[in-house]
Parts: sequence; C-alpha cells; structure tokens
Amino acid sequence: MNAAVLIPAVPLLLGLAGLLLPPGDDTQRRRPAATLGIAGAAVSLLVTLGVLLFATKPVELSAHWVSLGDIDLTLGISVGHAALYVALAVATVALFVQIYSVAYLHDDPRYAPYAAQISLFTGAMLLVVTSGDLIGVVVGWEIMGACSYLLIGHDRRLPEAPAAAVKAFVVTRVGDIGFLLGVAFLIVDAGSSRLADVLAQPPHTAALLLILAGVAGKSAQFPLHTWLPDAMAGPTPISALIHAATMVAAGVYVVFRLYPLFEQSPAALAVLGVMAAITILLGAFSAMAQDDLKRVLAWSTVSQIGYMTGALAVGSPAAALFHLLTHAAFKALLFLAAGAVIHAVGTNYLSRMGGLREHMPVTFWAFVAGLGALAGLPPLAGFWSKENVLTAAAHATEGGETAPVWVGWVVWIAALFAVGITAWYATRLLLWGFLGHSRAHGADGPDWEVGFDDARYTRPAAPHDPPGAMRWPILLLVIPSVLLGLAAYAPGFRTALELDEPHLSVAVVLPLILLAAGATAAWWLWRAVPGVDPAMALGRTRPLLAAGFRLDDIQNRLLVRPVRALARAVLTVDTRVVDAAVEGTGTTTSRVGAALAYAHRIPLPAAAAAVLAGALLLGAVAVLFGAAA
Amino acid sequence: MTVALLAVLLVPAVGAGVLALFPARLDSAARLTGTIFAAVTLIPIALLAFARDEAWSAYSATPLAVRPWAEFDVSWVPALRLDFHLGVDGVSYPLVALTGLLTVLCCAYTMWRVPAGGSGRTLVALLLVLEAGILGTFLALDLILFFLFFEVVLLPMYAVIAGWGGEDRRRAARKFVLYTLFGSVLLLLGVITVTVAAGTGDLARLAGGADLSRSTQYAAFALFALAFAVKAPLWPLHTWLPDAHTQAPTVGSVILAGVLLKMGTYGLIRVGVGVAPLGAEWAAPLLGILAVAAILAGALICLRQTELKRLIAYSSVGHMGFVLLGIAALNATGLQAALLGNVAHGLITGLLFFLAGAIKDRAHTGELADLGGLRETAPRLAGLLGFAAIASLGLPGLAGFWGEAFAVVAAVQRGGGLWVTLAVLAAIGGALTAAYFLRLLRKVTHGPAVAVAEPYAVTRAEWLAWSPLVVLTLAVGVAPSLVLAATSAPVRALTEALR
Repeated sequence: MNAAVLIPAVPLLLGLAGLLLPPGDDTQRRRPAATLGIAGAAVSLLVTLGVLLFATKPVELSAHWVSLGDIDLTLGISVGHAALYVALAVATVALFVQIYSVAYLHDDPRYAPYAAQISLFTGAMLLVVTSGDLIGVVVGWEIMGACSYLLIGHDRRLPEAPAAAVKAFVVTRVGDIGFLLGVAFLIVDAGSSRLADVLAQPPHTAALLLILAGVAGKSAQFPLHTWLPDAMAGPTPISALIHAATMVAAGVYVVFRLYPLFEQSPAALAVLGVMAAITILLGAFSAMAQDDLKRVLAWSTVSQIGYMTGALAVGSPAAALFHLLTHAAFKALLFLAAGAVIHAVGTNYLSRMGGLREHMPVTFWAFVAGLGALAGLPPLAGFWSKENVLTAAAHATEGGETAPVWVGWVVWIAALFAVGITAWYATRLLLWGFLGHSRAHGADGPDWEVGFDDARYTRPAAPHDPPGAMRWPILLLVIPSVLLGLAAYAPGFRTALELDEPHLSVAVVLPLILLAAGATAAWWLWRAVPGVDPAMALGRTRPLLAAGFRLDDIQNRLLVRPVRALARAVLTVDTRVVDAAVEGTGTTTSRVGAALAYAHRIPLPAAAAAVLAGALLLGAVAVLFGAAA
Repeated sequence: MTVALLAVLLVPAVGAGVLALFPARLDSAARLTGTIFAAVTLIPIALLAFARDEAWSAYSATPLAVRPWAEFDVSWVPALRLDFHLGVDGVSYPLVALTGLLTVLCCAYTMWRVPAGGSGRTLVALLLVLEAGILGTFLALDLILFFLFFEVVLLPMYAVIAGWGGEDRRRAARKFVLYTLFGSVLLLLGVITVTVAAGTGDLARLAGGADLSRSTQYAAFALFALAFAVKAPLWPLHTWLPDAHTQAPTVGSVILAGVLLKMGTYGLIRVGVGVAPLGAEWAAPLLGILAVAAILAGALICLRQTELKRLIAYSSVGHMGFVLLGIAALNATGLQAALLGNVAHGLITGLLFFLAGAIKDRAHTGELADLGGLRETAPRLAGLLGFAAIASLGLPGLAGFWGEAFAVVAAVQRGGGLWVTLAVLAAIGGALTAAYFLRLLRKVTHGPAVAVAEPYAVTRAEWLAWSPLVVLTLAVGVAPSLVLAATSAPVRALTEALR
C-alpha cells in the first residue's frame, strides 16, 4: 500500500505548483487554480478511501532521510485505520471547502494563491496524520501554522485581518516552543525520530508537558486559545477548514498518536484534564454572548475541542477521536452554512439577521442539523460522540484509570454543565438568526457598516440560498452530521477506533435533561421578549463573556507588553552601551592621537624642557635601579 | 582534481585581473566578462563534488578531522613554515559551492543594475577578488595561508561598501574594516601561538589538537574564538554588522551576509574546534551563553527595528547565534546543525537582501512605516518576500528549519541544567523570530498600498538572480542531506577528538 504516500504528497505538491500560477482574476487564470486545488483534495480523498478499503493491516513505510550526529531521521508513513478515518475527514472537508471557495471567492483577484495555500494546508494536516516520524509531524504542524497565517490574513479589506493572522501564528508559535522542545527531548531519549522508537521509550513527564503546550496552541486550549476567535477575520471557508479538519484537530490527533506515552504519566493527563475542563466552560460561556455569527461558532469550537482533550485526559482516546470526526462533519457544515448566510445578508452580526428561514430554507435546515449535532441532540452525530466522552469521564470518576480520580470529576462536571450551555447558545443562534422578523433594516436604520469582507459583494434585494457550488457541499455535509454517530454501531469503524459499543443507559438522561433545559431557557427568553436578543439576559456579565473573559487583555499585559518593553530596553542597551563602547573606543583613539599630535607641535623651549625632563627621569630611574642591583 | 582545486582560486583572480585591463567605456562588456568568469568558476567547483567518491572509502579506516577529497600542497615560505596547502572536504565544500553560486548571482544582478557610486566594471572586479579571497579561506589547509586569505577579503569589501553604499557609507565601511581588523589581529596572534608551539601550520596535522599543551590550546582557542566571534558576528561583538549592511549596496549585503559571515563560523569549526579541542571544551559554556544571548538580543532588537535592511541585518545576529549554539554544543548533531545552518542562512538571507534591495530601489525608502500594500502592487515580489521571511523564521520543510531546530536538539542532547536552559531560551528566540518576521511582513506586504516610484514587476534579471536561491532553499529544506551528505565523517572525527 505504498499509495498511502500520496495522501499528503499530492496536495502538498499541487499546492506548491499552484503558488507558481500567475495572479489575476480572469477566468482563464482561475480555472487552473481551482483545478489544482480540487484535484489535490480529491486525489487524497480517493487514495485514502482506497487504502481504507483494501489495506488489511496498518501501512508502515519508512525510508532513511538524513542523519544529524547520532540521530537518524526517517521519512515515514504509518497509518492504521484510525488515522485513515481522520485523513478521510480531512480530505473530505478540504474537498468541500475547495469547491465552495470557487463560488465564495468568485471575484477575488488573489484566488489562485488562496486555493494553493488551502492545498498546502490540507497536505500539511495529512502529513501530521499519516507521518510515522516525529519530524514529519513537526514539519506538517508548522506548515499548517504558516498556511493559517497566510489564509487568515487573506482578506485585504478587513483592517483586522493582518493582525489576526499574525496573532494566530505567533500564539501557536509560542505553544510550539514547548512542542519543539518536547519533541527534542523525545528524540534525544530515543536516539531516533521514528514514532515506533519514540513510543517504545518511557517518557519524561516534562517532555509530555512541553508537548501539551504545543497542543494547547494548535488546538486552541486555554490559555493559548486566544487566537481562534480573532481568526474569524479569515474567509469563512477557511474558518471551516481550520475548525473542522485541520489545525485545531492536529493537537488532539498528536496526543492521540502519542497516547501510549501519555498513558504512563498521570501528571500530564491531570494537566490536560484541567486544561480541558477550563476550555470547555470558557468556550461555552463566551459563545453565549457573541453577536458575531462566526464568533459563536468559533467559541463553540474551543469548547468542543475541550471535550476531545477531556476525553484524552480521562483515558479514552477513542471517544476523543470519535468526537473529532463528528465535530469535523458538523462544524464544517455550520461554517459553510454560515458562509452562505453571510454571503446572502452581507453581515456577520446576528443583530442584523432574523427571519432568514423563509428566504433560505436550505441553509436554515442545514443549520438545524448542524446546531442539533453540536448541542448533542439525539440521534444526530454529536449526541453519540459526546455521550461517549461523558461516559468515559463518568467512568474515570470511579478510578482505575491513569488519570487521578479528581480529574475525572472535573472533566465530567464541566462537560455535563457545558451540555446545557451549548444547547442554550445553539438554540439562541437558530432562533435569533433565522426566525422572527428581519432586522436587516433595524432600529438603527439601514446604513449599517458592512463588517463583512470575505468577497467583493453587492447585497441582493432579498437573501437567498447560495449557488450550487456552495449549496452542494452544505447538503452533502448534512449527511455525516446526522448519521455519523450511528457509525458507532458499525463493528469495522468501532474496531478501528477501539471504541466501545454504545450502550444507552440511565446515564443518558442527565445530559438530555440539561440539553432540554438549556434549549428551553433560550426559547423562553426569545419568546418572552420578542425582538430582543436572548443574550441580553446575561446582563452585566455579557461584555465580559463577549470578550472571552478578557483573557486577551491579560495576555497583552503579561506577555506582549513586557516583551515589547524588553525589546526596547535591549535596543537601548545595544546602542547606548554595546555600540557606544565601540564608537567610544574609536573616538577615544582619535582624541588621544590628536592630543599626541598636539604634543609634537609644542614650541621649541617647551619641547626642549620636556626632552630634558625626560632625560632626567630616565637617568633617575637608571640610578635607582642600578643602585638596587 | 588538483587542477580543479587551483582553478577554483585562479579563475576569479584572473577574471579580476582581466577586468582591470578593460577600458572604462566598455563597462557593460566588462560586467559580462566578469559574470562569465564567475560562472566558469562554478565548473571546477562542480567537478570537485565528484572527487568525493575517491576519498569516501578512506574515511571509515581512520577518523581524521581533515581528510580532503582533493589536495594541493607546496612549500611556499619555509622560513615561516608557510605551505601553500589547499584542500576541500565535506565541511568546506558546501560553503565553497555557496560562495561560487552567490558570486555568480551577484555578478548577474550587477549586469542589470549597477548601484550608484562607481563603475560596474570595478564592482564586478571587486566581487571576483572577494570570491577568490573567500574561496581561499574555505580551501586553505594551512593556518597562515588561512589567515592571509581571511585578510584578503577585508579590503575589497571595504571598497564595495565605501564605493557603492548608501549615504553614510564611509563611516559604516570604516567601522567594518577597523572592527574586523581588530578581530584579525587576534587571529594572527592565535595563528602564531599555534604555529610556534606546534612547529607547523598544517591544519591536517594540527587537527585534533595534535600535541599542543592544554594551556596553549586554551590560549589559542580564546584568541580564535574572539577573532571569529567578531566575524560571525557573536553578540556583543556585532555592532559593525547592522551599519555595514544598511549602507552596503545590495550585492555587497548579499555577499556579506551570505558567505562573509560564514568565514567566522567555518573558522570556529575548522580552526577553533579543530586545532584546540580542549580549549573549545573549556570555553563551550561561555560560547553557548553568548550564542543564546545573541539569539534573544537579535530577535528583540529586530522587534523594534524600523528599517528593512537593518532589520534583516540584525536577524543575521540571531541566526548566527543558532549556528554558534550548535558549535558550542560540541556534539556531532550540533556541528552538523551548524554547518547546515550556515548554508541555509547564506541562501535565505542572501535572498532576503536581494529582495530588500529590490524593494528599496523601487520605493526609494526602506522605512517600514513608509512601505505597505506590497501584495497589491507587486504580488510576485510580496510572495517572494513572504517565502524568504517564512523560510528565515525556520519553517520546517525549508532550509532554515534544520540548523535551528537541531541546534536546540543538540543542546538538549548535551544535557545538564545549563544546556537545557540554553535550549529553552533558544527555542523562545525561535518564537520571537517568528514575531518579528511577521511584523515585517505585516508592515510591508499588508495594509494600504503606497504610491509607487518605479514599476514593481519583477524583471527577468531579478528572476534569474533569485530563483536559484528559492529553489535551493526548498531543496535543502526537503533534502538536507544535500549539504550534510559528506559532513558526517569529518564531524565525527572532530567530536572524537573531544573525548
């Protein structure tokens, strides 16, 4: 099954080729770009399907790459069925995003590099998924960071886009300090970067904690989650790509991949669990208060990734991966549908929407399916996977897992509580955005500022469902969002993920009650005061929640400003001390030279006196020392 | 292969001589001739690569730090124990090739655009003299000869900066030449110390410390380290660099950053670690600390820079810090990372200086505040700048990653509290590097477009000069063994001597 190499290689190579295409927005130039982009994702998808169907055992390929000193690096592919399912999700979402982007960016002059960068992004993620070597993982991991930077900053008319792009790269890069060091420790311990060799060594807890820092950065876990909401400045298909299949999934996947190591370290799992619990609640609470449609979804991603890391922390990598797959489906669906909404109404703000259902029935039902899956409504996909996470957490509270019992409790309570909140904000989004009356010409009059800038765009008279290239990806993504949960009943899928058979017991009741309570509360608020955002009920806490608990400010104050001040100080030292010493040496030498030159020009009597004085001095020295000798 | 070895040195030297005879009015013909000479130099350089196989089998038998593929050895001044001893091996070959390549590219670039200040003929001739001097430094296998070539480089570089530079060029050139002369004096002292104590200047015989006493090695290494630290440059001996780079013409900056700095790091490996391993071991912690200080200081200063070329110049301080950290770690991984980092920095920073020069020539300013919107006005140029910046911040898959990541790995490998701390700090420096390069990109490529003084389209000559660097950056990133293939045996021999 050497074809597995093609899974990451094809999108990477086609992405590189795409970068060479000349820019420009006429059709002849767009077509090759779109072809390369779609072909890359499609080939990956087909190859993945092929390997998945025909490979009976895990594919292991490895070739010597380079040796640095005693460390041998290999260029390797190592994919089991679990990895193939993830690759399948990545390639599928990427393919849909590519097709969708053709229509979404139909008049963007920089479409060609955009499509190529998506291909690179996809290829990098697939490299992380399929690599059998830690360095391969690092390569894919970092290329993703760079591509996310390029794509988030794509939109030239959004003033906040460049800053958001820089933030996304720098924050994840701060996490990557840890990741790189963690990888360095693992490689040095194993003397090789092959995953199989690394996994065979007993790990240092420090190395695992360092890896977790990188995971927190990539997967937007507290406290390095701050880049993700800002990353909404990127075009909406990119948000779908980042949130569903690439980037944020990479962190979870890497922990899954290294799970044999994490399994041996209760401390690392405890840290992961606490991080997950905080992230789950932080994301859920922040999602409650957002007015920006995409930001609601962004914070919900933060929260849902928390479920995945929580599942990893309580010892159930299978549940984490299952949730990763269902989340990929419904979050891609939600973002692509959100793109359709934004495309139609020309704004991101929920307060400018309302009453969209009658104009955009397809999008509305897509949202119903996506939000239902997000909230965990049975029998949609999210219900099954979230149930798995909750069961695993509940199981961990009984002890017997590597993680301490209290970690099980923390994760379980946070996850349970967040079920209710998720239901609340999902319901609010649906009701406030799609039902009621249109607020497009709201109380403040029709002249709102157009905060949307994903594509050059003229607002249609009435919002309508998107064109075919955008509609079909949405419709096709509804299928897994609804049905993927039932895959837990398919034995082949279960063995691949090492998932337990779903057993719906009394334990299901509690989350369902919370779900119903959350949804009802949102509905009741919406119903009780028509025309008012249910989030108004948050009262004075709303600005705090909307700002994500002001963690941005804290990060600014504790990290960004000190670094800036330090940079200023170092620059001052460099010019005033280090360079001044050099320049000072120069000027001093010149001055001494000038003084000596002057001394040679003094008038004759003084010079004669100086010569005589010198002779006298020498004579005296000679006599003194001569006498002493 | 001896012929090829001599040709590598003689072709550029003869070329410079021929150009000197050209009448001033045939300026463009002279530039063409110079470019041809530089291109012809690549032929013997390419031939040398084939010499490797002949010496290949010999490596495993006895680990010797210097076992050249091709050698040329005649006695020159017996009284001074000076031999004209040239040779090339895995450590020096990548740098020789890099020098040849960058010189051709710079000459070709000069065909298209001669910076204001003097005739193109003289500039190309000086570039050829520079090439001969730099190649001589990398090829010399005799300490005194090494010193001679090391010095030969100084004056033409001074002339390039002082003749074709920016407004403040004289001061910058003077600072460059005086500062590096100060380093050279120390190098001379070191060379004399070693040659007198050992009775020979032959690097092949001196490799591994020969019979030098411990105290001689300490003294020699201290002198060598200081001399090469000025050249590399290592913080806090770096302040000549930003001035020289900011004022130098584009081709001067490319050669300066691309290969001239490498003479320092190469010297540290071949002469410093090679001749005085005990001294290296003794000074390693200090060297490591200073290297990490350079990484952090370079990155922090870059965060505050407002001028394009100055920023890139300071970024060199940080990058060379990674190279020196690799050397200071004194294990095979670190030394190989350093050799790779050397070449990668030469390719990437060469490209960055080309691009910075192109932007400055067009916008007539290098102030970041006055630049902006390059991706609107010149998507190709912006794309190339983005590529170079991302390569320079160490994106895996491109050349810059290996040297930096594995310098960190080498420090971790060395172990112990100090080295792990240094590894952590160096990794933090890596994140800061990302921060300042993204700041650069944000200022230059994003934002509202600035009025254009000249057309922004990339000309054919520029593509010609830049594309080899782009391709090699990618190639070395994907296949680092292009550089490392032949280094493992000599590096292993070097580290053997440390045990």
